Amino acid sequence: MKVLAILEHNAGRLHRMSWECLAAVQQLASEAEAALVGSSIAELAREAAAKQAARVWAVEHPLLENYTADGYTAALEQLLRKTTPDLVLLPHTYQTRDFAPKLATRFGRALISDAIAAGPESGSVTFVRQFFQGKLSGDVRAAGPGPHFASLQAGAWRTDALAAGSATIERFAPQLDAAQIRQTPEAPFREAERAVDLTAAELIVSVGRGIGEKDRIPVVEDLAKALGAELAASRPICDAGWLPMERQVGSSGQTVSPKLYLAVGISGAIQHLVGMKGSKTIVAINKDANAPIFEVADYGIVGDLFEVVPALAAEIRKVKS
Amino acid sequence: MKILVAIKQVPVRDSPLRVNAAGNWIAEDDLSFEINEPDAYALEEALQLKEKHSGEVIAICAGPARAQQTIREALAKGADRAIHIETGNLAAFDTLGIAKLLAAEAGSESPDLILTGLQSDDLGYGQTGVVLAELMGLPHSTIIMQVEVKGSAIRVKRELEDGWFQHISMPLPAVLTIQSGINKLRYATLMGIKKAKTKEIRRVSAAAPAEPTVRIEKIYAPQKAKQAQIFSGDPKTAAAALVEKLKFEARVL
Repeated sequence: MKVLAILEHNAGRLHRMSWECLAAVQQLASEAEAALVGSSIAELAREAAAKQAARVWAVEHPLLENYTADGYTAALEQLLRKTTPDLVLLPHTYQTRDFAPKLATRFGRALISDAIAAGPESGSVTFVRQFFQGKLSGDVRAAGPGPHFASLQAGAWRTDALAAGSATIERFAPQLDAAQIRQTPEAPFREAERAVDLTAAELIVSVGRGIGEKDRIPVVEDLAKALGAELAASRPICDAGWLPMERQVGSSGQTVSPKLYLAVGISGAIQHLVGMKGSKTIVAINKDANAPIFEVADYGIVGDLFEVVPALAAEIRKVKS
Repeated sequence: MKILVAIKQVPVRDSPLRVNAAGNWIAEDDLSFEINEPDAYALEEALQLKEKHSGEVIAICAGPARAQQTIREALAKGADRAIHIETGNLAAFDTLGIAKLLAAEAGSESPDLILTGLQSDDLGYGQTGVVLAELMGLPHSTIIMQVEVKGSAIRVKRELEDGWFQHISMPLPAVLTIQSGINKLRYATLMGIKKAKTKEIRRVSAAAPAEPTVRIEKIYAPQKAKQAQIFSGDPKTAAAALVEKLKFEARVL
């Protein structure tokens, strides 16, 4: 099977998930290829070509300097028509989410997005992905002739298996016209310097939807105080304005890996898990025993957080005094 | 400004989920349903844009007969009218098939702007809006946190990873997928609920599904990466057992 990885780069560096994607391609392909899209990307292509693959395509055009969905789709469509891979893999990043469904549609295909594993059978294009925000898993199979398209969840393929090698670099110059690109992007920015750096915290107590009301946040805040931990939250809490955005952990917030991450009333949707599953010890307190957070937790208490959290704060104060 | 909002009906959050007899989807018989949360934010954004720039908000939904309840709720919140693409077998369509159903109806409305949530809480493919844009030949942007209308164009704030954002401009008509938290959701008023009863819902039957390019073969409980130690008993006992482990096993206290 000929499999092509579309590698992502930002600010002159390859995205770490690009390496995971290339590792997946090495695993699944009999003929592995990678592609990079941009305007002056020779250096990045050389970096990618130091890994085992048949070839690395450097898709270059001045109009591809900044990412746009229209520009990337047009350029990659031309590359895929030339190289005719059976399967195209992409890292499941925000950028991929913006253009990959459009690219797949050009080939009359639906993208298998956010895949967590390949299989179960080899020889077919089948991937495992999560449904219902991680509460169920499913095997999804692509039918008919290729190219098929799948994007891969962060951390689902490991880069330690990535084999070194020496791939041929081939330049591909797509035909592009400025009028085709309808989006005009401006420079990326951050809202404000982060006042809270959760990434430096050793202990984090994080609160989710289970808290129910803003007025009840102090229950969890008191546990954080007892532990001497930073207070964090899942996205819905920050969306509702119950805690500031800078305290958000997850794909759109901060990625943390403290010694202890204590998740209170957080069900564990994947957008949250990617931001904290690297924590050394994970504790979950949730009323639903089937909540996905228990799949990554080391310790858990199933119960009413309004009873469990004050009891836990009291026990912690007892051992600390 | 004519704004079309594509909404989906999904099982109520935290519903107990059981796999169906065929093993390829959930058993839906005992479930309650509600609007997909990101779609609720897309609807709210459409209503706020209408309040600012005047015009019309049309909700469009593909789904079985039960989806009508969710459509009525959208009308009660302020959508002017709705299109219901009825199909008893939504699962027979892949994302491309669903987008084709929506594109056929959306095209005949010639909207200035199409909004939808960035992903659904059930399938979570996160593609429908982008595929819809491609099928209709329209520009799009995704994961949007702010929309400014500037004459015949829009400037949007797109969310990137790790707390970064970017502004992007594009001409209208366009398609945007809306991120949760872009605005504050409103509740339907009693007056709104009353008015909704008289608002038009145009029903069309879905075209027969084409052979899907992607198919769910099997659905099952996820395999656990770790086996969590769960402490039971009354809260005090469970808390004491947990603290013991945190102190002596995990050594984080």
